[in-house]
Amino acid sequence: MTKQKMPGARAVIESLYCEDVEVLFGYPGGQVLPLYDELYDADIRHILVRHEQAAAHAADGFARATGKVGVCLATSGPGATNLVTGIATAYMDSVPIVAITGQVPRSLIGNDAFQEANITGITLPITKHNYLVQDTKDIPRIFKEAFYIARTGRPGPVLIDIPKDTQIEVIDFEYPEKIELRGYKPTYAGNEQQVKKAASLILKAEKPIFYVGGGIIFSNATEELRALAEGIMAPVTTTLMGMSAFPSAHSLSVGMLGMHGTRYANYAVQESDLIIAVGVRFDDRVTGKISAFAPNAKIIHIDIDPAEIGKNVRVDVPIVGDAKNVLKTLLKYVKLEQVKTDAWNKKIAAWKKEFPLTYKKDKLLRPQFVVEQISEICPDAIVVTEVGQNQMWAAQFFNFRNPRTFISSGGLGTMGYGFPAAMGAKVGKPESTVIDIAGDGSFQMNSQELATVVQNDIPVIVAILNNGFLGMVRQWQELFFNRRYSQTCLESSVDFVKLAEAYGALGLRATKKNDVKDVIEEAVKSGRPTVIDFVVEKEENVSPMVPAGAAINEILDLE
Amino acid sequence: MKHTLAILVENKPGVLTRVAGLFSRRGFNIESLAVGVTENADTSRITIVVSGDDHVLEQVEKQLNKLIDVIRVSDIPPDESVSRELALIKVGVDSTTRAEVMQIVDVFRAKIVDVGIKSLVIEVTGDEGKINAMEQLLRHFGIKEMVRTGKIAMNRGAKVVQVEKR
Repeated sequence: MTKQKMPGARAVIESLYCEDVEVLFGYPGGQVLPLYDELYDADIRHILVRHEQAAAHAADGFARATGKVGVCLATSGPGATNLVTGIATAYMDSVPIVAITGQVPRSLIGNDAFQEANITGITLPITKHNYLVQDTKDIPRIFKEAFYIARTGRPGPVLIDIPKDTQIEVIDFEYPEKIELRGYKPTYAGNEQQVKKAASLILKAEKPIFYVGGGIIFSNATEELRALAEGIMAPVTTTLMGMSAFPSAHSLSVGMLGMHGTRYANYAVQESDLIIAVGVRFDDRVTGKISAFAPNAKIIHIDIDPAEIGKNVRVDVPIVGDAKNVLKTLLKYVKLEQVKTDAWNKKIAAWKKEFPLTYKKDKLLRPQFVVEQISEICPDAIVVTEVGQNQMWAAQFFNFRNPRTFISSGGLGTMGYGFPAAMGAKVGKPESTVIDIAGDGSFQMNSQELATVVQNDIPVIVAILNNGFLGMVRQWQELFFNRRYSQTCLESSVDFVKLAEAYGALGLRATKKNDVKDVIEEAVKSGRPTVIDFVVEKEENVSPMVPAGAAINEILDLE
Repeated sequence: MKHTLAILVENKPGVLTRVAGLFSRRGFNIESLAVGVTENADTSRITIVVSGDDHVLEQVEKQLNKLIDVIRVSDIPPDESVSRELALIKVGVDSTTRAEVMQIVDVFRAKIVDVGIKSLVIEVTGDEGKINAMEQLLRHFGIKEMVRTGKIAMNRGAKVVQVEKR
């Protein structure tokens, strides 16, 4: 590429072109004026959110739905700090986003200037890496590195802070072709010897189980996982982040494990003699009491991040590498005729029969029923969730068929994530039906984005499981705090139908079981941004449940 | 158990903050810290003494390696390396104690780098034990001020900690 003279702001736009960025989620302000002026003529779609937090979540939802890097943009100071929750959410769930922020001019940095915040300092613990542009000439290199770092290895958010004067200063623009990062060389191929060791453990195992997570989805390894699981006839349990990595209805699927996992998944893990853990991190919500976790199992742990291996549990065969590559290599070494898991699968089938995932099927409108109906009417939808009971019911009762169709804040558990993330997912996958399965609490944390979806014609469906409570916290108060519902009651707060209508969206309501199908179909058919208020049973609990700190087979059924 | 880590990093602003920030947020304890540029101007070397068992050490190394600006992390084993700290110690003296202090300085092969009417500034270099011993002795004469560097360390023999050429 030949060198061209241009101001820093133009160099940012050119860099975004070079990274094939088609859409930005952002909000303007004083210190990004030069950038927004360039955007005025740029061939990049800009989606104007109503709160910067939503811009970060939308970029995140876009990235999870498409596998591309999501990009968000905010001004300095409060604009930048409003991104923080979204960046932390992406960091915990390893989502590739690039966040661009304006900064006060270099001469004012450190002076407590108007709308100054040290955003690189603030985001140090919640970004994979971040940059403050100190020399305008560095803009192309920084963008090249930022996108590369965000999407490679274990993906994650990268922030670029751009002082206003560097947006104006003119430089010779040339986008670098190569990247030189001495301290960053992710390992993609698993060590062949280790893979052989893993294969021999697999062939010896009589009770193997796959425990898989977001890593499978990020590395597009769902086919390899399926081939291997079917090859050795081993059950597959997924984490919340791994929902949609393996078809829910597959005979080898045992659903989610952990705190609100299925009984049979938790029993299977506890009784297994070999855990094949892929793209997971043995989070406390999964393992329960760590010293009692899978006492008889050997563990093969495959992950692209070496720091995850051996962090929480001892591992017998560690393999650092990309899940897809490692599983492919593993497939080479596993000879299928030697497998001896018949008895194991029979046992699991019996558990499935004895302890199915279920709920009370009476006349009342229960939230699980709503999720089942959504699953039936929109089987290929991208399901995005808020956080809490709605999230667990979505994970438990939606029948997932394709990867990247379950999008949820797993690690950070960010209320208010779902709606803006759904917006991002819909922008990335306009042909898909995108449904935010929400709670009345979480939705209100970012409901202002109704304005954004209406203005930009982003027809997402928000399905509020409205129980008038902060349901998950209420559930804990019921179980562990003697039903003292301290500040968890939201009752009669909002008319969500009118709220939707006030913004120009479609508002629908269902109060009876019989209404559910109709409103979902109407929402889908309308092609408009829609909020459905499902007025559900108030004190329904997420069941089963492993109390915090208990072993995962000490699981309770709740009414 | 204490471990000495040699960390090669990009010689750029803010890198020390990233390293130190990682220690605090992951709950690792820094016992001693020294930073300086290496034989290559674009690379700095941070020497950190960290306490913890093997599991902690493994996590420290892995988490450090995740930082983009960290190029290499190397554990320097105490019995196969030399390590040094430096201290400047200002001791109050008068005509009756001056000679005795100077004798101690001699025995420790330390140096007097400033002489005043009522004080001496002593420069001492050595491993942690030697500096601690010297400090103990000088306490009897009255230490007015003391400043110590963090520990630096290097492998014995031909083994080096350097940026791998790829």
